[in-house]
Amino acid sequence: MSYLSLTDGDRDAMLEAIGVSTIEELFADIPAGVRFGRALDLPPALTEQELTAYFEELAEANADPSQTVSFLGAGLYDHYVPAVVDTVLQRGEFLTAYTPYQPELSQGVLQAIFEYQTAICELTGMDVSNASGYDGTTVAADACFVAKHATGRSKVVVTEATNPQVRQVVKTYAPGFGLEVVEVPHRDGATEPDELREAAEDAACVIFQQPNVFGVLEPAPDLAAAAADAGALPVAHVDPLSLGVLEAPGNYGCALAIGEGQSAGNPLSFGGPHYGFLAARSEFIRRMPGRIVGETTDAAGNRGYVLTLQTREQHIRREKATSNITTNQTLLALGGLVYLSWLGPQGLREVGETCLALAQYAKDRLNFPPVFSDKTTFKEFAVRVGRPAREVVSAALEQGIHPGYPLGRDYPGMDDALLIAVTERRTPAEIDRLAEVLASCS
Amino acid sequence: MQLIFEKSRPGRRAGHVPAHGLPVPEVPAGLRRDEPPRLPEIAEPDLVRHFTKLSTRNFGIDTGFYPLGSCTMKHNPRVNERFAVLPGFRDLHPLDEESRTQGALRLCFELQEALVEVTGLDAVSLQPAAGSQGEITGLMLMRAYFADRGEAERRRKIVIPDTAHGTNPASVTMAGYELTNVQTDARGNIDVDDLRGKVDEETAGLMLTNPSTLGLFDENIEQISEIFRSAGALMYYDGANLNAVCGISRPGDMGFDIVHINLHKTFSQPHGGGGPGGGPIAVGERLAPYLPVPAVVREGDGYALDYDRPKSIGKVRGFYGPFGVFVRSYAFIRAYGPQLREMSEAAVLNANYLLALLRDAYELPFDRLCMHEFVLSARRQKREHGVTALDIAKGLMDHGFHPPTIYFPLIVPEALMVEPTETEAKETLDEFAEAMLAIARDAEERSEVLKEAPRSTVVGRLDEVKAAKRAVVRYLFEDHPDLSGDPAPVGVEAPKGV
Repeated sequence: MSYLSLTDGDRDAMLEAIGVSTIEELFADIPAGVRFGRALDLPPALTEQELTAYFEELAEANADPSQTVSFLGAGLYDHYVPAVVDTVLQRGEFLTAYTPYQPELSQGVLQAIFEYQTAICELTGMDVSNASGYDGTTVAADACFVAKHATGRSKVVVTEATNPQVRQVVKTYAPGFGLEVVEVPHRDGATEPDELREAAEDAACVIFQQPNVFGVLEPAPDLAAAAADAGALPVAHVDPLSLGVLEAPGNYGCALAIGEGQSAGNPLSFGGPHYGFLAARSEFIRRMPGRIVGETTDAAGNRGYVLTLQTREQHIRREKATSNITTNQTLLALGGLVYLSWLGPQGLREVGETCLALAQYAKDRLNFPPVFSDKTTFKEFAVRVGRPAREVVSAALEQGIHPGYPLGRDYPGMDDALLIAVTERRTPAEIDRLAEVLASCS
Repeated sequence: MQLIFEKSRPGRRAGHVPAHGLPVPEVPAGLRRDEPPRLPEIAEPDLVRHFTKLSTRNFGIDTGFYPLGSCTMKHNPRVNERFAVLPGFRDLHPLDEESRTQGALRLCFELQEALVEVTGLDAVSLQPAAGSQGEITGLMLMRAYFADRGEAERRRKIVIPDTAHGTNPASVTMAGYELTNVQTDARGNIDVDDLRGKVDEETAGLMLTNPSTLGLFDENIEQISEIFRSAGALMYYDGANLNAVCGISRPGDMGFDIVHINLHKTFSQPHGGGGPGGGPIAVGERLAPYLPVPAVVREGDGYALDYDRPKSIGKVRGFYGPFGVFVRSYAFIRAYGPQLREMSEAAVLNANYLLALLRDAYELPFDRLCMHEFVLSARRQKREHGVTALDIAKGLMDHGFHPPTIYFPLIVPEALMVEPTETEAKETLDEFAEAMLAIARDAEERSEVLKEAPRSTVVGRLDEVKAAKRAVVRYLFEDHPDLSGDPAPVGVEAPKGV
């Protein structure tokens, strides 16, 4: 099958107009030594019907998600995505557009990004948001780049209780940025402000996660104050769905707020594509990475939107740009905007409260000691299951429950720790079932 | 049109959340949010209307011809959208057990194999989220490779031609390298003499787009490759223009060591108004040990994620890459199979045909057959009639077309970079050519029509200077400024495309 439109007659007429007799002649500039001399060794072409059968087979070779009740999170979460998100994202005018370089033909997506930026600023308490980054890990690397250039310092601090995926990506990018990465250990599941203060000396920024990777609420205002006291920019990595019930980073002194947008409006999709968000106080606006949409007018005074502050960007500044980003995650960010508009402020608060309530219900129902005692959590919490958590996961899956993430995969000495995520999609009955199954597996 | 925030009314809502009547634990004061974020309060009917209305104020491939050079705006097959949301893909958690994700891992593995074949290289990582992330990942691989050989301190320079996408030099800086620019010769190839003097034992590598952003295949590619090989340096292929050469010429066979593939260009992932994309990288054997972790590998009868790669640069993105993009792109590849060559042939035929129709009306700075795109100059229109590439772009909107990329590549004044792609019909190309010829006549006879364009769009030409100066980048509710007073004249000419 192909998606071509040319008939044989078209081809002949076009070759004649060009003044050549074969298509081969169009490739005359390619030296013989680098011509590909055979057919591509790919499986034969398929019709749409055959493709459908094949891709259904691949999808069905995965465990059927509808047959498992899942408490797996650790960075990506099974939150509800309403139908309106799919409806909007499948509009061909959004789906099949490129980056809005020509604003008069792109007011739809430009206004949507402007609204998205506003929603992210409102969630995080910040002044400016970019149009999205790749995901919740790469925005952390972006934040380090902003901080390095804003402060002239060459060290960044990341708390050990920040999601390991985020820390790994920061460490991959750091050498190229000329940055050293220092990790601050957690103490019983949370970060000590005094310890952070010490590590933050001479640091460009401090990245901490709220709630942290263990689901624990960090003393975030104290961490931000400790970073600022050392002259480092406080950067909070936050869960957007927590921000109806948890304080916004902009309200406790953070310079930047970043995060993974998936929980707000994107399906899991085996890890992507999703959107990362990056918002900042206004003083950093000219150091922001990526696209930013701004408001303006046409000659008649009509309001309109354009990509703005482009002198930061690679296509103008080239090697002096604030980032190399061209493609971002606009469609997924649009999904986020539709979802957040669907929820509204009341719905956002309710999602947070339902997560809090169900997670508390789960803690009460499970007869396992918490890994970190006396800590307040949001939608995720860690318990000790008394044997290797990986074995518990396997055993529980036999009974149709994915009970969570074995923290030993990332944290030495935590082999019996299971990280359990409870979103608003879970029900008390499902949690009762989790309790039964876990009791039988440990 | 009103912003969704301006349509908001206290007490309205769309979504409802199950409550279960459970007690809600108290969040400690200080960590608790007391002032709610001012998200829109809107009911579902008006929510749907708002975004539907916005969509009608946007132009996509589905709307019409979109010859945005270097962006490969081809038709996006709809069946691929269906595949991406099959429940077995859509609701799959990346941290689920490998035994439960075999279909997804197999898809990744098979896509890797297909990209190995198309690029002529040996190993692929699907992890980078976009072409630009593929670039910086590729540069990290160079650093790791040279560090292993004890040459990292010495090899600090990356060579880039003056026709390169802006991402290339930006990536060089972000990866901690220094930039060496090399010129273009009179035929639009890299100036090999200039290059010879600039490549030495301090050179880490080259970044090259081939065919170039001029739409021309570099005729000296074998010499260029030899220059880098003998200097012990590496070659990076920016795959933005891979759509021209699938099954015709492979980057690996040209001598490249690292390639990124833009899945949202050549392999038809819809670009969604700016993303998502995908930027997998393919590398030769000697660079494979440094690829990001995890690698998707075959293990017995099944597939696995391999984290045990001691020389790996690490992770560049969360999990394994934008999987939904892989689903669509792999479906596109399987639809064509070995006939991907016909795709590239049609792309090149369409571009040359359109060039033949337009070459007399606009200047052609490099008079050669083109590959999948070509670059015209409106220099004559500007000099003789004061009509710029920007005016021509805006004029095209009034003919119902999306404009080409303008003011890029930077070495062509008043550049118009046209990429029709393989999926367009001859009639569409004819209609577009007629519009471009009519605009060329308008430039001579009634240039004011173009200066005032566009007139058929939902807004007129927008003031980008004002936008940058005022920097209103979010809605400010009761403090939102009214920018309608004192509109300043328009006049910025930033590159618009790529």
